[in-house]
Amino acid sequence: MKYKPVIGLEVHIELKTKSKMFCGCSANYFGQKPNTHTCPVCLGLPGALPVPNKTAIDWCIMIGLALNCDIANFSKFDRKNYFYPDLPKGYQISQYDQPFCLKGFVELSDGKKIGITRVHMEEDTGKLIHQDENSLIDFNRSGVPLVEIVTEPDFENAKEVIEYLKKLQQIIRYLNVSDADMEKGNMRLEPNISLKIEGIEELPNYKVEVKNINSFRFVEKAIEYEIKRQTEILCKEQIPAQETRGWDEDKQKTVPQRTKEEANDYRYFPEPDIPPLIFTQNKIQELKSQMPEMPGQTFKRFKTNYNLNEYYIEILTKEKLTVNYFDESVAVGKEHNVSPNQIANLLVNKNINVNSTLPADLIKNILNSTKITEIEEPELKKIISRVLKENKKAVKDYKSGKETAIMFLLGQVMKTSRLKLNASKIKELLKKMLQ
Amino acid sequence: MNLNQLTIKDAKEGLKAKKFSSIELTKACIEQIKKYNKDLSAFITITEKEALESAKKADELISNKQDLPFLGIPVALKDLFSTKGIKTTAASNVLKDYVPEYDATVVRKLKDAGAVIVGKTNLDAWAHGSSGENSDFGPTKNPWNKEYVPGGSSSGSAVSVASDMCIASTGTDTGGSIRLPASFNNVVGLKPTYGRVSRYGIIAMASSLDSIGHFTKTVEDSALFFNVTAGKDIMDATTLPDLTEDFTKNLDNGIKGLKIGIPKEFVSGLDEDVEITFKQSYKILENLGAQIVDIKLPYTEYGIAAYYIIQPSEVSSNLARYDGIRYGNKRSTFGDEAKRRIMLGTFTLSSGYYDAYYKKAMSIRTLIKKDFDDTFQKIDALFSPVCSTPPWKLGEKISDPLKMYLSDALTVTANIAGIPSLSVPAGFSSNDLPIGIQIMGKQLSENILFRIGNAFEKYTNFYKQKPKL
Repeated sequence: MKYKPVIGLEVHIELKTKSKMFCGCSANYFGQKPNTHTCPVCLGLPGALPVPNKTAIDWCIMIGLALNCDIANFSKFDRKNYFYPDLPKGYQISQYDQPFCLKGFVELSDGKKIGITRVHMEEDTGKLIHQDENSLIDFNRSGVPLVEIVTEPDFENAKEVIEYLKKLQQIIRYLNVSDADMEKGNMRLEPNISLKIEGIEELPNYKVEVKNINSFRFVEKAIEYEIKRQTEILCKEQIPAQETRGWDEDKQKTVPQRTKEEANDYRYFPEPDIPPLIFTQNKIQELKSQMPEMPGQTFKRFKTNYNLNEYYIEILTKEKLTVNYFDESVAVGKEHNVSPNQIANLLVNKNINVNSTLPADLIKNILNSTKITEIEEPELKKIISRVLKENKKAVKDYKSGKETAIMFLLGQVMKTSRLKLNASKIKELLKKMLQ
Repeated sequence: MNLNQLTIKDAKEGLKAKKFSSIELTKACIEQIKKYNKDLSAFITITEKEALESAKKADELISNKQDLPFLGIPVALKDLFSTKGIKTTAASNVLKDYVPEYDATVVRKLKDAGAVIVGKTNLDAWAHGSSGENSDFGPTKNPWNKEYVPGGSSSGSAVSVASDMCIASTGTDTGGSIRLPASFNNVVGLKPTYGRVSRYGIIAMASSLDSIGHFTKTVEDSALFFNVTAGKDIMDATTLPDLTEDFTKNLDNGIKGLKIGIPKEFVSGLDEDVEITFKQSYKILENLGAQIVDIKLPYTEYGIAAYYIIQPSEVSSNLARYDGIRYGNKRSTFGDEAKRRIMLGTFTLSSGYYDAYYKKAMSIRTLIKKDFDDTFQKIDALFSPVCSTPPWKLGEKISDPLKMYLSDALTVTANIAGIPSLSVPAGFSSNDLPIGIQIMGKQLSENILFRIGNAFEKYTNFYKQKPKL
């Protein structure tokens, strides 16, 4: 029997808003002294109430729009009730049955569309730090805005997952709503993997979730490992256990974390402390108009407007910063008859630091490096004679039939003249004078 | 008359005219507390030192000709209101040592208005109860007869005003917790429109039902208090937009021509004393020129059922934070009533039961709301008893939770619909225990309730009767 992987993804993105999701505390917790970014609200003190962060909601909706989602006219927050020491209220404010964004997609390079089930807003938890025999809690992260993006089980292999993740990361960074830095934990991935018999529509009756993955490379390895592991189990005519596993980089394998036989009952109900939210078409249009150009659009524009090759475009559109830089440089270049292709050439092939080089300087460099100095023939002949005298071996080599030696001599002429000269003209003269 | 017996209005005038100082007024209250708190258990914490300090400050401001709405007025706070640096226990052993690091918005507003906080009052733990007996620090007693319950859950706040231990006090009303004790103690209690007073910093019972109100000796005082506490709060997303108004403005406009409805469902099966008192009461309104009409609110009978699903559901979630990790006490320190509600609420929110219970209760909520909305198209206010019986004896219902729950039957629907209701003294039972009536109105109609209450009070003057302590 042949099996086909069925893979879905849950991605959490921590937004880089100034303040937390439901209070005024700074959301920038990375590297801060524990429990210094806290207040009654994010500590869940008795009587404290959440007030939603409007910017975070706007950004969540922008993510939804960028992922081609429908935006709900009516939405609300819900309480997800569960016990964990890093959750000071005993519930997480999240969204259950009416998330902000529904039904979107991301198109992969081969045209395949990965369905986005939902994009919703929630709050991050505190952080447990285990020290010797003690467990300590740092609430700096408690209440930091978190966006959860859930896909349909549309992926069939790790390659598709990686492409989707890179695209998603690129979109988030274009929107400038999060650094989407895996190492800092502001982008977190949870693939769920199962296998079905090829040719059968029905989804498998089990699902393995893998957590604690902090790089794209590990997600690839984890998926590949799981496919292999589950295939082996299925080939023995057994069914893999429904469970949550973690990626162990040392052992290069996934290891069981907890079995999910009993599904957690989160007892969701509408968050009574936050009134429902209404999004009018005007509001959604307003948010759309605030959004920057998305990677897909930039790609198309670079192709039609600048006529660049796809390889260049891919590199130039990886980051919004480069895109902006390129656009500016093209504008400056236009005044000096420097083509977009020349600029792209330089940016892709030379290691240009776009942070320290002004577009105007970049264009100047291009102009300087391409300017061909006209030089009088007698003057040039003088230089050539000198070069020929100084490089007797090369002259001898050439005369004995080693034609490539002429290129060496040409280089020497350029070097001696310290000018950018017309190479074919020198070559012609060199040939003449070597006869 | 002793200073502590004064109303807010009279105390303010006396302070302004320098007939007495805030220190003297505050001392009179503190002395009264010290004298009777042992018998009545109205206070959990007495903040004598802090009170005298703020009274001194108030006197300084008064002598500098400063004027603030509550300058120098002694006020007590239900022990659900977070007070910075002062223990806030919710009358539960779980929080017996908890000292908040911040003030509730209402507390801050009262302080900003110059109020002197004399202490934190007793209650049914977490505001769970109708009798005041569920406190982990001992039951509050009714000052009119110490063998009787004072009503709950804001038991200590009502008793502290009734027994002149303070000039006014705060309370919370989730299903009747202000109106019931107000009516059992011959004081005025306001349950405002949901969202008109900030809940920020007040330990939550059931968030979608909790209304923040107060106890006063007169209706006019209630309006003065509301002037201080009402308004939008950026810390509470459920507060309503500001409508700046002076709630004392229309107090004396009379009630001639007002259409007041009596809901049939609220007046059946009343205790005889309550029935007599209620009949006399609406006759008085009629004499004052109001038009009394009979009204039907058919969904009232489902009120208690819906309330005892929505409320415990929210309670179970709101109490989850007391998980034994913080605040120093284990979950086993919760009292029986809290445990009961946590279990009920956890059950009704569980998957597979949610639709049958919580969702259905929310549909009933919508219907009850609609019932009221339709009714208030036709009339200006509703009039009914607060409770179908006068105060009952201590211990009478404590072993029968269902019986206890049913004592909220006439008050819960106002919470379910989010409408305001004012409880006003209406007389006494055959054994001299207070009986109260409530005036309900559409959302944001507190000014009409004050008008009716004031007219009724001016005519009856029941508030002038004091318990013999």
